[in-house]
Amino acid sequence: MRAVKIAVLQLALIMLIVLPARALDVEVANFRLANGMEVVVIPNNRAPVVTHMMWYRVGSADEVSGKSGLAHFLEHLMFKGTSKRAPGEFDRLIDINGGEGNAFTTRDYTAYFQRIASDRLELMMELEADRMQNLVLTDENVLPELDVVREERRERTDNDPSALLGEQIDAAMYTAHPYGKPVIGWMSEVAKLTRDDALAFYRAHYTPANAVLVVAGDVTPEQVKLLAEKYYGVLKNSFTPEPRVRTPEPEPIAARRVTLIDPRAASPVVQRSYLAPSYAASAGREALALDLLADILGSGTQSRLYKSLVIDQKLAAYTAAWYSGDQLDSGTFGVYGAPNPGTDVGEVEAAIDAVLADLLKNGVTQQELDRVRKQAIAERVYALDNQAALARMAGVALTTGLSARSIFDRDVEIEKVTLDDIRAAAAKIIVLKRSVTGILLPEPQTPN
Amino acid sequence: MRLLLFRIIVAGFTLAISFTAAYAVEIKEVTSPGGIKAWLVENDSIPLIAMNFSFEGGSTSDPAGKEGTAHFLTGMMDEGAGDLDGAAFQALRDELAVRINFDSGMDKFQGSLQTLSRNRAQAFDLLKKVLTAPHFENTAMERVRRQFLVSAINDEQEPESLASRAWMELAFGSQLYARKSSGTPQSLAAITADDLSAMHKLLFSRKGLKVAVVGDIDAASLALALDDIFGGLPATEPPKPVSAITVAKGPLVKVIDRDIPQSIIVFGHEGILRNDPAFIPAYIMSEILGGSGYASRLTREIREKRGLTYGIGFGLSPMDHAGLNVGSLGTRNEKAGEALAIVKETLKKMADEGPTQAELDDIKTYLTGSYALRFDTNNKIAGQLLGIQEENLGIDYINKRNSLVEAITLDQVKAQARRLIDSEHLIVTVVGKPEGLKSTGTGG
Repeated sequence: MRAVKIAVLQLALIMLIVLPARALDVEVANFRLANGMEVVVIPNNRAPVVTHMMWYRVGSADEVSGKSGLAHFLEHLMFKGTSKRAPGEFDRLIDINGGEGNAFTTRDYTAYFQRIASDRLELMMELEADRMQNLVLTDENVLPELDVVREERRERTDNDPSALLGEQIDAAMYTAHPYGKPVIGWMSEVAKLTRDDALAFYRAHYTPANAVLVVAGDVTPEQVKLLAEKYYGVLKNSFTPEPRVRTPEPEPIAARRVTLIDPRAASPVVQRSYLAPSYAASAGREALALDLLADILGSGTQSRLYKSLVIDQKLAAYTAAWYSGDQLDSGTFGVYGAPNPGTDVGEVEAAIDAVLADLLKNGVTQQELDRVRKQAIAERVYALDNQAALARMAGVALTTGLSARSIFDRDVEIEKVTLDDIRAAAAKIIVLKRSVTGILLPEPQTPN
Repeated sequence: MRLLLFRIIVAGFTLAISFTAAYAVEIKEVTSPGGIKAWLVENDSIPLIAMNFSFEGGSTSDPAGKEGTAHFLTGMMDEGAGDLDGAAFQALRDELAVRINFDSGMDKFQGSLQTLSRNRAQAFDLLKKVLTAPHFENTAMERVRRQFLVSAINDEQEPESLASRAWMELAFGSQLYARKSSGTPQSLAAITADDLSAMHKLLFSRKGLKVAVVGDIDAASLALALDDIFGGLPATEPPKPVSAITVAKGPLVKVIDRDIPQSIIVFGHEGILRNDPAFIPAYIMSEILGGSGYASRLTREIREKRGLTYGIGFGLSPMDHAGLNVGSLGTRNEKAGEALAIVKETLKKMADEGPTQAELDDIKTYLTGSYALRFDTNNKIAGQLLGIQEENLGIDYINKRNSLVEAITLDQVKAQARRLIDSEHLIVTVVGKPEGLKSTGTGG
């Protein structure tokens, strides 16, 4: 991400996956331009505002080995000017037109967006189409921006022990697949990225057929189509995108543990991730079952972890569970516990294990399933209040192997999830050898 | 009523752009039979209702030695109310998918409710219960105390939190605003159920109440609901406003040694109150200097030209009884002194010369054009309506705000730069191992 205004990347990944649920009452137009660019329009006329997003089907998992952080670095450099626009002009034009913009990079996609008065949509398209093909980079721009990215890494990762723990868990999780690299990159590799690296990556991945345009807000599909054809439809592809095949992750065979001892950590934490399928890489209702299972385990005060660890046993102050399923190749299922002051983190881990063992032995109840299902569906209705969130849902879907419609229609499927679906998903995924357990300790503890 | 957007997209996008009166919101003032007032923006396009409200008083009302009492109260607002114990309250809330949240600021205690409109009656009933008859049951209290305790312990190590708390201590010394509103491990341990009851009684009064509602509800229904929800609260006097609070004058530098690769620097000095007659030109000046647009002078100098930070901001931060002008940045330890020196230079240049006419023109179209972005969801509109009530800006403020911005002249903005920006007297706190910066002054 380009600036600090948006939440931490790791968290964003976790948050984004939420919103499981119901056939949203959302009008979605989805079509392709002649050059292969996919377009999604989500009309919403509550305010004279539009969200314009350009998504590229490229992320950190598409970087070659040794160049970690390159997808994200290029994201920063996309604001540095083109053969038509001087450096700084892009941002200035957004500003003086009353817009706000930014960009973000994940493992599977890179996205650029502006929110602006709806009558300025045409200008956004002109600017975005220009930088899709005409980027100009000079060392004068590139070198300070590399320093900015290194500051970003210090601020968000190196200054923060819990972020470092997350990075270590990911690195241990994947033995072969590139999801093990941090999106922002390892500092040692980021420091060596160059202008030529960025331009080569740009030429290899930025082309209309590898892009998805999402426009939400006070527009009609017809208007968007007309403008999109005028600005994006005329662009020629510089290459034909190939299927995104990454090194497959072998079936996990050994449970892994990472322990980060960091005097800067104020209090300990235990966090465990299990390798799981993603929505795109799963069959049937497995991914939905994992989403609901995560809610049953860790969402809210009625969840199993909270009831057992926080209310009954008084071991933990906070607990959580999540399923990150919006990725192309695989996802993760995770659990988390923050001990109460004075409680050993090992006791918290044991209590989490006991909750999981009970779940695997006895399954969940119909009442639990109905509760989280109902809430998940309501959450989707709340999402209707936010055009930018709807645009984001569509973009994530289309860059992680799903269709826009499927993500808005998820609640039709969610109604069908059964206790057996949950039991099968839990039995398959909550298996220690699929997991990495991460422990954050403020100071060394003498092993028992 | 929606005013026409001023359309300019013809040839050349950078030509004269104007957003004056670009967006209009129709606000109704609703008064209940019992005399409770709310601002309402009706919108039935989606089946949701958002309500934001606030009471006078907040952390400044915490008893000495029990800092964090108002904050503690926010954590107890879903632990049982009226005839519902904590578990029953939470089960019903979750069943209805109602969202109820509370937040305590220094001077205000705010709450919000979001509900699907079909669950309106039950959602309002839950809110009424929690406002009028919250439980402070011992087991729940101890659990919430442990949670806040862990957060307080983490805050004491987290660099941004550490730097900004230290800054507030230097700026306000022993005055109320120097307090840690979320409490310290020691003060949280001292808070009792009686303290929470007393705080509840003190803050939750119809007299200090302000309400904003947006979404799928009409004025007549809201009027009745207002009495139902808030009518049971007493009409006692809200906590007395604290007496004037003064901001210490720098130069002061405090370095807090932490083994982190990036120094977090908080810098600033006194600002102005929201009701200052020159607030708008001052705000325009501070947006040019350190605002959220990419073109701010500080972002250009510190980030774009020199790559010294990922993010820097600096701006007005008016509280009820003191105004601040404060900002922050993070930079690698070895560049901390250099970065702060460039910040000072940039501030001095603004104070001496003010902005250029071109900068003023640009920021005006940014501020007027982006104003509509604050009104594109129910929650955002409700937040804006509440803020405008709290600041006493008037029910027509949204529709006249862009004209107020348009009317400001370069001389007015230059005058505010001279008046408000003072690079020689900054209060600075740094967390990290900064090179080129040392603690100075006595602080407090």
